Order: sequence, then structure tokens, then C-alpha cells
Amino acid sequence: MKRAGVFICWCGQNIAGTVDVAAVREAAAALPGVVHAQDYQYMCSEPGQELIKAASAAHRLDAVVVAACSPAMHETTFRRLVAGCGLNEHQCEIANIREQCSWVHPRGAEATAKAKAIVASMVAKALRDEPLAPISVPVSRRALVIGAGISGMQAALEIAAGGYEVALVEREPYIGGHMTQLSETFPTLDCSQCILTPKTAEVGRHPRIELLVNSKVTALEGYVGNFRATIKRTPAYVDWSKCTGCGLCEEKCPTKLASAFERGLGRTKAISIPFPQAVPHKPTIAAEHCQYLRSGKCGICAKVCPVGAIDFQQGEETVRRDVGAVVVATGYDLFPAAKVGEYGYGELPDVIDGLAFERLNSASGPTSGQIKRPSDGKVPKEVVFIQCVGSRDAEKGYPYCSKICCMYTAKHARLYKHKVHAGQAYVFYMDVRAGGKGYEEFVQRAQEEDGAIYLRGRVAKVFQEGDKVMVWGADTLTGAKVEVAADMVVLATAITPAAGAKDLAQLLKVGTDQYGFFNEAHPKLRPVESLTRGLYLTGCCQAPKDIPDAVSQAGSAASKVLGLFAGKELQHPPTVVRVISEVCQGCGLCVEACAYQARELDTRRKVAVVKEVLCQGCGACAVACPSGATEHKNYAKGQVLSMIDAIQ
Amino acid sequence: MKLAYFPGCTVKAQAPQFEASALAVARVLGVELVEPANWQCCGAVYPLATDNLLPLASPYRTLMAAAKAGLDVTTLCSACHNVLKRTAHRLQTDAEVRAKLEAFTEEPWQPVRVRHLLEVIRDEFGWEALAGRAQRRLSLRLAPYYGCLLLRPAEVMAFDDPERPRVLHQLCAALGAEPVSSPYEAECCGAFLTLADARASLAAARNIIAAARGRGAQAIVTSCPLCHFNLDARQAELAADGQPLPVLYFTQVLAQALGLSDDCCQFDLHYADPAPRFAGESGGGNG
Amino acid sequence: MRLSRDEVARAFVQRIEELSEERVLTCYQCGKCSAGCPMVEFMDRPPHQVIRLVQLGQEQAALAAEAPWYCAACHSCASRCPRGTDLSRVMEALRSVALRAGRPRLDWNKLPPEVLARLPQQAFVSGARKLT
Repeated sequence: MKRAGVFICWCGQNIAGTVDVAAVREAAAALPGVVHAQDYQYMCSEPGQELIKAASAAHRLDAVVVAACSPAMHETTFRRLVAGCGLNEHQCEIANIREQCSWVHPRGAEATAKAKAIVASMVAKALRDEPLAPISVPVSRRALVIGAGISGMQAALEIAAGGYEVALVEREPYIGGHMTQLSETFPTLDCSQCILTPKTAEVGRHPRIELLVNSKVTALEGYVGNFRATIKRTPAYVDWSKCTGCGLCEEKCPTKLASAFERGLGRTKAISIPFPQAVPHKPTIAAEHCQYLRSGKCGICAKVCPVGAIDFQQGEETVRRDVGAVVVATGYDLFPAAKVGEYGYGELPDVIDGLAFERLNSASGPTSGQIKRPSDGKVPKEVVFIQCVGSRDAEKGYPYCSKICCMYTAKHARLYKHKVHAGQAYVFYMDVRAGGKGYEEFVQRAQEEDGAIYLRGRVAKVFQEGDKVMVWGADTLTGAKVEVAADMVVLATAITPAAGAKDLAQLLKVGTDQYGFFNEAHPKLRPVESLTRGLYLTGCCQAPKDIPDAVSQAGSAASKVLGLFAGKELQHPPTVVRVISEVCQGCGLCVEACAYQARELDTRRKVAVVKEVLCQGCGACAVACPSGATEHKNYAKGQVLSMIDAIQ
Repeated sequence: MKLAYFPGCTVKAQAPQFEASALAVARVLGVELVEPANWQCCGAVYPLATDNLLPLASPYRTLMAAAKAGLDVTTLCSACHNVLKRTAHRLQTDAEVRAKLEAFTEEPWQPVRVRHLLEVIRDEFGWEALAGRAQRRLSLRLAPYYGCLLLRPAEVMAFDDPERPRVLHQLCAALGAEPVSSPYEAECCGAFLTLADARASLAAARNIIAAARGRGAQAIVTSCPLCHFNLDARQAELAADGQPLPVLYFTQVLAQALGLSDDCCQFDLHYADPAPRFAGESGGGNG
Repeated sequence: MRLSRDEVARAFVQRIEELSEERVLTCYQCGKCSAGCPMVEFMDRPPHQVIRLVQLGQEQAALAAEAPWYCAACHSCASRCPRGTDLSRVMEALRSVALRAGRPRLDWNKLPPEVLARLPQQAFVSGARKLT
């Protein structure tokens, strides 16, 4: 018979206020196999842990039950403690008498009786626990980063700086993400390209970063430390190893189209380098617009290319990379503003979104940085900025705050005034959320120095009247309806997860919230981890955030990856299942039941085998197995029955 | 110690008890107060519109009369003190305004220091010394009432914190009385609105008096004759609220503590008679 | 109300800013002035709305407001303002614009003689300065 010790924690009044801990101790002491029982105010405290340590030695314990809070809180604490006392850490069990007892029951005999039953049951388990050793798994010390916006680039750079290889996958033909479209950044008004290009250049030339643009991850198999990613690269129809980026092809291409990069305000060609600072500085042919690819006629680019780099025969390329960790940094898209019909976006030419305003402001943009409205190219004398377009609008499906709009709208109002001195900016807002270093001061300067009129109220309607864009809003501070005859209207549209994020989440088997933002493992304490080990999140794919937050989250995700790569092997919890091959009939039901691909059928021996590193110990296979051949370690059948028997 | 003393018109015409008690107290404390021969009304309110300079002319002349005599200026009335101090500050700091007034009054500006009599007592004597001069301890619960002009704007008045004023509290405590704080102690009494809409100042006065009474005060102590009017004379209209609560000038409190004759206090000029509060050997009284 | 560049940046706003030496756009409408104003209950609009009307260049509405005439210039708003805006001075500027346009608030002839007889001089002089 084993020698078990039971340690009952009061947790101050959390447990002792409801449960009679002395009675629980007495009942525990009388259980078969228990040689020692003790209660204490805070078992997790250092003196509390000392008690366990001392009792373990004095009574030569080989099973320890701590009756306290949820194992999610202190299982690790107590298991490490008993491991230090010469026991196997799996010989320590937690009886949860707080979350599952004292917190959910009124004080009294029934709560105490339940606590006794929980303790008795865990003692029964502990007496049959076997020592287990963790499962070691080798690690592929290369990371996959999906998305090369500011957050993904930062994560890639930091992992590479730590000495490891990174495959950086970007679906656009260039890196840098939305930051490449911005003119200036808040709250310092420094030029976005100026602070971004040192990063894009570094990523472009980094010996440990493999840049895969025009690419998408199409499959991810495996598990932490041992993923295999399949990446599909769409053809650029240009052999970039030959191309010098001279731009002649773009100059001569006869096919003009609206530029998505310029938010439709500028034109581009069927073959183009999206913007002057693009990394890589190589052209891509937009296949759906290229006359040669569609009809076999044209081919001018191929004729003018001095190095013969145009390659219409280029096909899709598939790349596979073994990686130990994945960082998801897929960023954001903008809420389709046309959904708010009353604002006229998409119908009224002078109603644009915030990113379009960034392009108007940008020196490399369609107006070379002059503020000109799209309809007639006139300089707008009065501009209305509307915040919370989509955001905080539950009826449109976006009840959340997009977090960055207050700040970029203040930035827009300021930049506008800096360029159009006689102009007047109006900002319609519901609240100004300017939490951040220097943010509130920045918004105040927009009003004080740049004379932006802030009006507290949502806009109800925007419509064309002659060459004006009429805005009906409210100033709730005076209680009056407000009418502005504007020359241009800029909508601060909600941030949404990037298109395709949901499909990617499914492919990666990572949860998303109802809006499609990737779920972190814990909103406060594990903000960059997903619930899948080895898969980390950074940037706007997790929630709307600004550049400083996206960059710091990237650093945090990178440090998680570096921590993972610090050892050559990973430890996997040993509480997995085993198959008793003599009993197994090889029916394969367990293979179907397993949600983690941790099972396969050995067709030769006709038995199921367990891939221990993939097994999460959920027990679904044990339930599915008709012949009882699957056994869960430390939850063996007899063991579980003994736990039930212990509850009288 | 010698100071130029600016009485102001309300003190002179309607609050003789404020002046008489102040002069008697000053005499006992050895402060010589010299009233300038040709003083003019200070204007009662400091002009807040930037270009409204003419109202500064009369306080300018008053200040220059003192400066020529080489004296600091002191006043009793919170409003006069506010106007004189703000005028002196403006002229000292704004060269453009200074030039205009010098031209208009044909008198060059000289720096001059303006201090309220409370400031003089606190800074020249100190509370301990004052306590030492007291002839009797006032075992009374007194509610200091600062009002608005004595303390604000703080950066110019610069002698007490307008949100947590102490000077009247300290004065009362030094004389043995128990100062009773109230949330209304520095809230405006309605001031001159008593002229345009008496309801407004009456409502303000009601709050101030009720707060002091509710906290057990036996009298209110003030330094402003307009506050005194709104709180004391107007109490006739608040008779339904309860027993009248006497309103004292701080100089009357001083006179009583220093053992001066009741003559200088002229309690008969008050609506709510403070005399019973000081009856008996050691003050006391509780009516 | 109709807002336009001409109105917002109009002579009226500039006049009020000159007279008060306050930049009205500094006010961020927190309402602390109204929260502490001893006369707010007698005003037709709380003080923060008065400066709001000036911010928006609403000359007629701002000058039509009763509130400035109930401002006793006690400066409690100014001493507590987190933006350092002296609303007392903005109120004075509004009164000045009306008074200088020949619209006095107070008619001495309409004051009852018994009121005149007992009021302190200070009230008369202040009233004359602020309300006529």
C-alpha cells in the first residue's frame, strides 16, 4: 500500500469560510492509505510548501493530495515541489475544493461533505497513480511567419536576430503591409516610409530570412516543434533573378487599371512595381488584367525587357518547409464602408476612406501629396472626418472599437490643416479614445493648434448637393443638429480581420472570435499565444492595434519562439493514452475519434498506434474503443472506478 | 509697522463695524494704518475684458498714492483687495497696459505691494504670536467663509489655496475657536447678482448658511461686506430656515479675542445678533 | 445649426478670443465648469454650452444666452479648469459684446427704491460695470 499525505488549504476565507477544513482533515486522515493529513491557511505560500516538504520526508510519502484551488492555478507549483522531495511529479494530485466547491456552494455541512468526497476521490486516484516521465520531442529550429506587415516583419527580424531561420510568407508582391500606404504616423507625424524602409530593406537582405511574396500557406501539418508547412507561390510571370527592376515593362504596358494600392484613386498597369520603395523591387503581372495572358495578344513587356526576364510560362510553385513554430501576422482589412449606405461611400466620389486619405497625403501617391478631392481635383476647403464608421455599430456586426481611428483621424485633421492652411476640418466622434504615450496631447493639438472642430455625435446622412457633400450630424454637447456643406468626407472605417483570415484559421486549427480575429490563449496572461502550442499571434490578426502595439506584440511573439528554440528537444506531458496491442482489434474507430491526428492504424500488425506527441490526453479514443484496448495513463479504468467508489 | 490703508466705499458707507474693529485691532497689534487723502472707489470688480483699461485708472491712482508714500497697501474688503492686487499684478507684468495707463494718468508706474489684512497678520505676526496677544479664548464653533474674490485667481491672489483655504481657519483656531469647514466655504454668495436677480444670490446664501449651520457652526466669519450683506442682511428672507446664524467680520472676531470694547464691533448693525455668542466670561453661549 | 469655415473662423470668435485672451478651442468640454458653477441653476444653458457655442461660431445663440448675465465672475470655473481656460473671461467678453452694442442688462429705473436704499455700494458699482 502506498503512503499518502493530504494537505488541505484554507485559501484564507475562500475555502475555510465555506468548508469546515478541520472536518475535511479528520475525514482525510481516516481514509485508507492516508498516513498524514494537515490543514493550513495558504498552502501555496512558502511556509505552506515547507509543510508539505517536511511531512513528505517525515512520513515517507509516495502520494500527495493537495486540496486547494483549481489545478489550473497551482498544479505546477505543487508538482514541482513534490518532484523536489524525491517523488515523481505525477504522484501529486490536486483536489479542487475551491472553484468546484467553496466558491459555488453556501457555507454548511453539504459543502463540507462535498469537499470530503472530492478529497477521498483524489486520494483514491493518487494511490493508483504511476510515475510518468515527460515525452521528449526534437525541434525544427526554423520559424514560419505568415504575413509581412510591420508586425510579421518585426517578429521575423527578431527571430532571425536570435540566430534562427525564418520563412516569411506574404500574399502581396511586396512586404511592409498597410504601413506602406500610410503617409505619416501618429503621434509624432514622422513619415511612414521613412521609418518602415529600414525594416523592409533589412528583411529583404537578411541572410536568415527567406522571403516568399505572392505566396500563401495552404497546409500546416504536425505539431509544436515539428510542423510542415505547404506554401503556394503564384507566378509573377517575371523571372526575378534576371529582372533588374528598371521599370521599362511598366512604362510600356498598354493596360491601365485602377490601383488597389492607391485605394482606387490612382491608376496602375497590368505589370507593375506597386510603389517606388517596394521590397522586392520587382514587377508582377496581374494575370487577370494582362492582355497576353488573357488572349495571347500584346506581349509588349517581353519585347521591351532588356534582360528577357518576362516569363509567361511561369507556373504556380509549391514550397514545403519544416518549421518548429508559426507566427501568424495576417493583419487587417477595412470594413466595407459601402455597407453604411447613408454615408454614400462608393457612390459619391468625394467620400473616401482613411487609407485613401493617406494616399492623397503621400508624396508618392496619386496627387504627389497634394490634398485634392477625387471628383474634380479641387483642393477641398472644408473636410468632414467621420469616426466609428462600422466600429461600435452592433447592427452592422462590428460592436467593437477599432482602437486606432481616433488617433489617425486626429492625424488626418492635422495633416490636412498643415497642407491647406485656410481649410477647416470637422471631426464627428462618439468618444475620443487616445490612450497612449503622447496621444491625448496629439488630439488636443489637433483642436488647439490646427483648429479642428470636434463634434460629439454620429453623422446620420451624407449626400451630394451641387458640388458640395452635405453632412447631417449632431453636436450632442449643445443638443443641436449640425449641417456642414463639405468639399470632401473621410470615413474612419472599422478594422476587420484580413480577408481569408477565417480560412487560414481553419487550416491552422486556431480559434477565432465571432468577428474572425484570432483567439489568444489568455486575454491577459497569454496574449501572444494561441491555444495550439507552437503557434503564436501578433498584430491586428488578434485584435485592432496601432503600430507601437503591433511591434511590441511581435517582439513578444518572437521571444516565445526563441524560448521554444532554446532547447533541442521539447517536453510533452506524458498523460497520454496507450494501446494494449494484445486487446486491440484494429477496428480503427479510435482513429476517427481522435481530433488531433494522434492515431493511426498499423496495417501490418492490425493494431492502432498512438503518436504520443500529438495526443492531448482528451480520452475520446478510450471512449470510442469497443474492446477496451485504450488506456489513459493515470486515468486507467480501475483507477477511475476507484475514484467513483470513494465518493459515498 | 506702517501701511497705506484702503478702506473702499462699502466699508466706509455700510460696514463701519468692519472698519472700526479693524482699526482697533491694528492699534493693539501696533500696525499703523494711514488712509490716503484722496482715495477713489476701486471699481468693485476687476475688468476681465482685455481692452477694458479705463476701470484700471482709479485703482492705479490709489496704488500710486501709496507708492509715493513708500508704503505697502492693505485692505479689509475682499473685493477691493482683489481689484488692487490684480491691477498691481497686471501693471507689473504687462508693459503695454502700463504705458497706456502712465500716459492716461500722467503718473509713472512704481511697483507696489498689496496685501489683505489677513495676510499681514499671518505673515507679520504669525498665529502663535497672535494667540499670545489674545485676552480670552473664544470657545465658539466658527465657520470660515472665504467666498470667491479673496482667493481667486490663486496665481495672482497668491496667499491661500482656493480649493482648501486655511487662513481664516488658522485665525479662528489661534483665538481658541473651533473652525468648522463646509463645502460651501469658498463658493460664491451670488455677489452683485443680488442687484439683478435677488433669487440667485438668496439661493447661494441659503446653501452657504445651511451648510455651516448643519455642521454645527455658531457663526460665519467673512472678510467681504458684499458677502456679509448677502449672508446676513438677506437672512431676513430666510427666516423660515431656522434660527438666524450670525455673520462676523474676521476683525470683529479678533477684537473680541483681544479683549477690545464691544463698541468697535457694533453688533447692533447686524441682522443676526452676534452679541450673545460672546456673552459671558469666555465667550461660549449656544443659542 | 449650420457650420461653415466662415462661421467657425469668423470675426465673432476672434472678437471673443481677443476680449477674453482665451483660446476657446482649448476647451475640451469636460463640463467641470458647469459642475461647480454656483449659478448654474439660474442659467438657461450650463456654462460649458456657452463656450461650446462660441467654439462653433454660433454668434446669435451665444449672445442670446442668459447664462453670461448670471455669471458672478467668481472664477471657480477658471480655478478648476483642467485646460486652464478662464471661462469667467469668456463670459465677460460675451457681456461686453452685448453691452457695447447698446444692450444693457440692467435698467436702473426699474429697480425698486427700497432695493436701491439697502444694497451695498459694492453691488451697485459691480452691477454697473458688469450689467450696463
